[in-house]
Amino acid sequence: MTRTYLNQKYVVVTLAWLAVALVLMSFIALAVGPVSIPLTSIWAALQQWLTPDHQLDVRELILFSNRLPRIALALGVGASLALAGAAFQALLRNPLADPHILGISRGAAFGAILGIITAAQLPFAPSLTRAVCSFAGASLASALVYALGRREDDPARLVLAGVILSTFLSSLNVLMLSLVDDVRLRNITLWLLGDLSNALTESLLFIGAALLLGLLVLLTQARALNLMMIGAREAFTLGVETARTRWLVFAAASLLTGAAVAAGGAIGYVGLLTPHLIRLIAGADNRLVLPAAALGGALLTLVADTLARTVIAPRELPTGAITALLGAPLFIYLLLRRR
Amino acid sequence: MNLLTFDNVHFGYDRPVLQGITLEIRAGELVALLGTNGAGKSTLLQLGCGTLTPQRGAVLCADESLTQLSRRTAAQRIGLVTHASEVHFPLTALEYVLTGRFAHARAFGFDTEEDVETALQALRDTDAAQFAERRFNQLSSGERQRVVLARALAQQPQVLLLDEPTANADLAHQVALLILIQRLTRERGLGALVITHEINLAAEFADRVALLHQGSLLACGSPATVLTEDLLTKVFATALLVDRHPQSGKPRISWAVRKTSTT
Repeated sequence: MTRTYLNQKYVVVTLAWLAVALVLMSFIALAVGPVSIPLTSIWAALQQWLTPDHQLDVRELILFSNRLPRIALALGVGASLALAGAAFQALLRNPLADPHILGISRGAAFGAILGIITAAQLPFAPSLTRAVCSFAGASLASALVYALGRREDDPARLVLAGVILSTFLSSLNVLMLSLVDDVRLRNITLWLLGDLSNALTESLLFIGAALLLGLLVLLTQARALNLMMIGAREAFTLGVETARTRWLVFAAASLLTGAAVAAGGAIGYVGLLTPHLIRLIAGADNRLVLPAAALGGALLTLVADTLARTVIAPRELPTGAITALLGAPLFIYLLLRRR
Repeated sequence: MNLLTFDNVHFGYDRPVLQGITLEIRAGELVALLGTNGAGKSTLLQLGCGTLTPQRGAVLCADESLTQLSRRTAAQRIGLVTHASEVHFPLTALEYVLTGRFAHARAFGFDTEEDVETALQALRDTDAAQFAERRFNQLSSGERQRVVLARALAQQPQVLLLDEPTANADLAHQVALLILIQRLTRERGLGALVITHEINLAAEFADRVALLHQGSLLACGSPATVLTEDLLTKVFATALLVDRHPQSGKPRISWAVRKTSTT
């Protein structure tokens, strides 16, 4: 489909296609696993699930206590990361920017590890510690990278600041990891690679709320981001209150990154590649790219997570390993194509 | 009526760039801004659209201080055309021009038919309608320049500030562009301030010429009074010959041959 500018019909059709693909993929993800459950049984189980006082059998337990929350988590994490990536790329005029490159994911990881180590001294429930500390770490890293790289018309400076902050936080994370015992080390390492196996209700609620808020804020700035994407100074002369837009987008994208990392660890490449793929197919207007990236990121992460828990079943791979395995070659291809 | 007024404007970075500039752009007139490289021409334009603020003095839009206006209101009144920066995303030329409608549209939602028609008309006005569907970053620099101008027209401002709009254009498009700007000032009552190094185009099309020299306004007036051998030789430090254009009678500037060089 080609188009010269964005119209409502094109947006609706594109988003509808993505949503349909997402629903289909969710059913596939419900069906496959060490115990495979036919789609007809899933449909019947879903109907029964809604009737009150229904006793769950083993298959239904797998579906509703194991697979469904995990799918929901994959969708939430993927959507948040891709949305944050799309927002950062447009704001920084840099198609290669994403929460990882800017060091914001590492900030979230830093907060979480610090939280886990000092868990006994913190006033939160252990399950909340990771969420709160990740978000705090992400916000801190955002504020730092923003302060260091803040310069009107120089996106390179910001990315450079992010890379340096990222390396620095990485070393701090390694230093802290040498302080923890072996069991916790394995858990943290798995989580750092991106691990969606632990879908707690708190995580789901947290990421759901963050996603909703982030999406709403970013959609109000979509039009302004179209101008920021061309140049901050030009956006300013064309009527954008650039300082306000920059602040709002940074805050929303940090919230999304923090929530995603807290819930699913550092799953790479989703934030970088999803917006790229969307733009390749549907053009660069952020009024479409933002919501489409959210749906696309959810879809990609769900595919990766389904592969992660099925390819060497009953053992599992970290989801982040699959996204990196698929994402890195694709990224190199895009990089070479840009020449 | 003054659309844009520079009132005793001072500006500098480590050292002063502009000192005591007083200049007004009136409705329906085209003012050419001439001067050497580094004379402060572009800085004056940045001050005129609000991306820079004067350290002393004020820039007034109609009767209001530019710093008091919201960016949206400012953008509805003042359009700036500079060199297009590199676009790293796959935007079509039409989408690029549609960004000019930002100040008129709701902050949220889709472009209306009126927005699209205004953008297409702007592309037609700058002889760029054939690029509408092409990617902006695949256009040549001269073609891009016309699309950037179209975006400023889609903005429907009262004042146009143009920083070397003819820089990358071929001869035909240089003339066409100034005819277009002159037409906009005549028909729609726009005010235009145009930086150019094409001194003969300035002589032909400008209602007034402002001559900027080392950060001060050396002269401002009709082409015939400002584009004199004395003033131009002083500003450009090279010997120039001024006679009359055989058809229009406007000043015509050419290089004096070497033996008469006075520098």
